[in-house]
Amino acid sequence: MSDDVAIIGVGQHPFGRFDKTAMEMGVEAINMALADAGMQWKDVQIAYGGSSGIGNVDAITHEVGLTGIPFTNVGNACATSASSMRLAAEAISSGKYDVAIAVGMDKHPRGAFGGEPAMIGLPRWYGEAGLFLTTKFFAMKANKYLHDYDISQRTLARVAAKAFRNGELNPIAFRRKPLSEDEILESQMVNYPLTQYMFCSPDEGAGAVIMCSKEVAARYTTEPIWLKASELRTRGYGAYEVHATSSSVSTTEVAPTVYAARAAFEVAGVSPSDIGVIQLQDTDAGAEIMHMAECGFCEDGEQEKLLAEGATEIGGRLPVNTDGGLLANGEPIGASGMRQVHEIVKQLRGQAGANRQIPGNPTAGFAQVYGAPGTAAATILTK
Amino acid sequence: MPQKALAPEISTWPEEGFQLIGSQCAKCGETQFPVQKQCPNCSSVEMSDVKLPREGTIVAWTTQSFIPSFPYIGKESAAEFVPFGVGLVQLGDVVRVEGRLTEPNLEAIEFGQKVELTMVPFATDDDGNELLIYAFQPV
Repeated sequence: MSDDVAIIGVGQHPFGRFDKTAMEMGVEAINMALADAGMQWKDVQIAYGGSSGIGNVDAITHEVGLTGIPFTNVGNACATSASSMRLAAEAISSGKYDVAIAVGMDKHPRGAFGGEPAMIGLPRWYGEAGLFLTTKFFAMKANKYLHDYDISQRTLARVAAKAFRNGELNPIAFRRKPLSEDEILESQMVNYPLTQYMFCSPDEGAGAVIMCSKEVAARYTTEPIWLKASELRTRGYGAYEVHATSSSVSTTEVAPTVYAARAAFEVAGVSPSDIGVIQLQDTDAGAEIMHMAECGFCEDGEQEKLLAEGATEIGGRLPVNTDGGLLANGEPIGASGMRQVHEIVKQLRGQAGANRQIPGNPTAGFAQVYGAPGTAAATILTK
Repeated sequence: MPQKALAPEISTWPEEGFQLIGSQCAKCGETQFPVQKQCPNCSSVEMSDVKLPREGTIVAWTTQSFIPSFPYIGKESAAEFVPFGVGLVQLGDVVRVEGRLTEPNLEAIEFGQKVELTMVPFATDDDGNELLIYAFQPV
């Protein structure tokens, strides 16, 4: 995908809790993205819509225009929106379509994600015994990582404190009240070592991204953002992944994020040191530090020092989750990856606002998502 | 109160010295728990039941501090809920199994700790049976 796919419009309905339906939020996101691109709905030739709660996102065409275009519904857990964007990008790079939209929306009830273990191929007893809990898995993985690489629980609090500081600067974030590291550490223990404020919350919101060919982009903007790579991977045997009754004693296999990130850098022809804005899946504070290493931005264990130095702050050398990430925005599954891309596009265009704009004119951005049952995506954007 | 195992098919309880039952692949030797018809490592269907070692070491752990959501079948209220530990336990050199730890106190759980298989009561069914689930206790 060298210069084949341009992003010329992004729209994001704020994330949080609202007195409207997911689809109403989706319509707003679509219209914001169209306005951003300078396009109309009738210009869109193909659509991909992602949601965990809405069975048929394509019903949204009744609200924005029944133009008869192909519209595919996408469901891929935490990688839903990254998958929708990947499909839209492939529709453009294949040469078959010139203008594609990826849209995502969700409206989750309060509380941790739960449900039938059978949804991800696990036995019923696993849930009946109280083991089918995403927070528990993330805590076990984080606890092991902290132990293996001698990282303190305070570093987890530093991740969360940064997220809420960035959230305060982001007018469309869900949680905009800064919290001190001590307040985060002393908040209610959920699953050790993760406390209440070290977890993101399922919430509500929507996003949309308009992509087009290089030729079409030139008609609408002189400064498109290029989607250089969008790679999706699932877990290999032996990786320790979200929800498992058992795992292998062989521990040589790495996480799917490692493969997705490596492939994305190779396809894009850039390296981690070229990236000026980083968006990582911070379902919990531990996930952010693990993903920093899995994506190639640091070595395992280096996070303790990097966080203490402020390297991942907006003005640091590795700015991570500058819009507050999942911790400050929550996770409407269908739209979460679009929020990441929205922030990168704004940062690369220099439109992130006086308080949040990364200094030094970043030219490339990286976004990663990861979720059950072991699915990861990596996206690279440049200007 | 009479006792019953939740999912009786996953262990040999109430036998003396009961064991969890997994599947071992004849092609690659990898073991899964519970039983599985096809190997996730090499896709072979030559899987046979295997009784898993009773003793192991904790390789990852956390604590469960809040009452689990649906489809948890414990009937206690959130206020009555007693936190429990959860561990990934390496059983010999065979497989790592996730399960409850009998020790709920995070100061008392350690990486590398030796544990063994047991059963713990955690719920009551509609017929008044006490339901048991496998767990790991310090050796």
